[in-house]
Amino acid sequence: MPELGKYATEVMAAYGASLLLLAGLVLLTLRKGRRARAELAKIEAQRRG
Amino acid sequence: MSLWEYANPVKFLGLSARVQPYLWAAAAICVVVGLTWGFFATPDDYRQGSTVKIIYLHVPAALMAINAWFMMLVTSLIWLIRRHHVSALAAKAAAPVGLTMTLIALVTGAIWGQPMWGTWWAWDPRLTSFLILFLFYLGYIALWEAVEDPDTAADLTSVLCLVGSVFAILSRYAVNFWNQGLHQGTSVPVATGGRTVADVFWYPLLISMVGFGLLFLSLVLYRTGTEIRLRRTRALLARSRKDV
Repeated sequence: MPELGKYATEVMAAYGASLLLLAGLVLLTLRKGRRARAELAKIEAQRRG
Repeated sequence: MSLWEYANPVKFLGLSARVQPYLWAAAAICVVVGLTWGFFATPDDYRQGSTVKIIYLHVPAALMAINAWFMMLVTSLIWLIRRHHVSALAAKAAAPVGLTMTLIALVTGAIWGQPMWGTWWAWDPRLTSFLILFLFYLGYIALWEAVEDPDTAADLTSVLCLVGSVFAILSRYAVNFWNQGLHQGTSVPVATGGRTVADVFWYPLLISMVGFGLLFLSLVLYRTGTEIRLRRTRALLARSRKDV
């Protein structure tokens, strides 16, 4: 861990908030994508069947 | 072969599926290397102390916040002129990514501003235009959700995107023509090629900027694929209802 001195709280807060937002965006994107793929596959299967 | 071939959703999805694994991998490597290098292996600035480490998040996020809007502007214009659905869906897909980048830029800027400027927020030209850009992102996403017919939604959001572009331009260039406010000039002037950042900070910053750019591209390609599938699902459901 680097020595962050008197600004440790600010630096950690900036990294924490940003990584949380990025991780949230990626996870929501992947979840929505998986759902859309499954839904389309289901409807296409119904139409074929 | 023409670029317009990829206006065909099947061709777009095929190309997107081929390039995405490489893009995601490159994005992950660059983001992790850039941020790890910046956080662990760069010295403190003689005036800013360790808060200088915030630039590895703030600058790439701000850059992508503006570039995302420009990408949406281009794809919106393609929709308005050529009526390619994939381009309208790409603009829709990019908006939440741009919104998140804008939010990261605003939050990290406020966290940096408190110890350096003595305030979380100032009504400075660049900060204010960035806040308005954030509101435009929210409005753009809300408009897509509010209008039921997808083509009408694409038309209206494209016009909103044209209007919002004024603030995207202001966000980038406000510091050049408004010689007031707290925000310093750009650290990486694209037009002149000059920079005011020392090498020791510049290289991890550059890698981080490339990483955020690749992450944006990966997310937008993936999300555009999702939007294409959702549109196809809606079309099939509508056809099924007609058949019954």
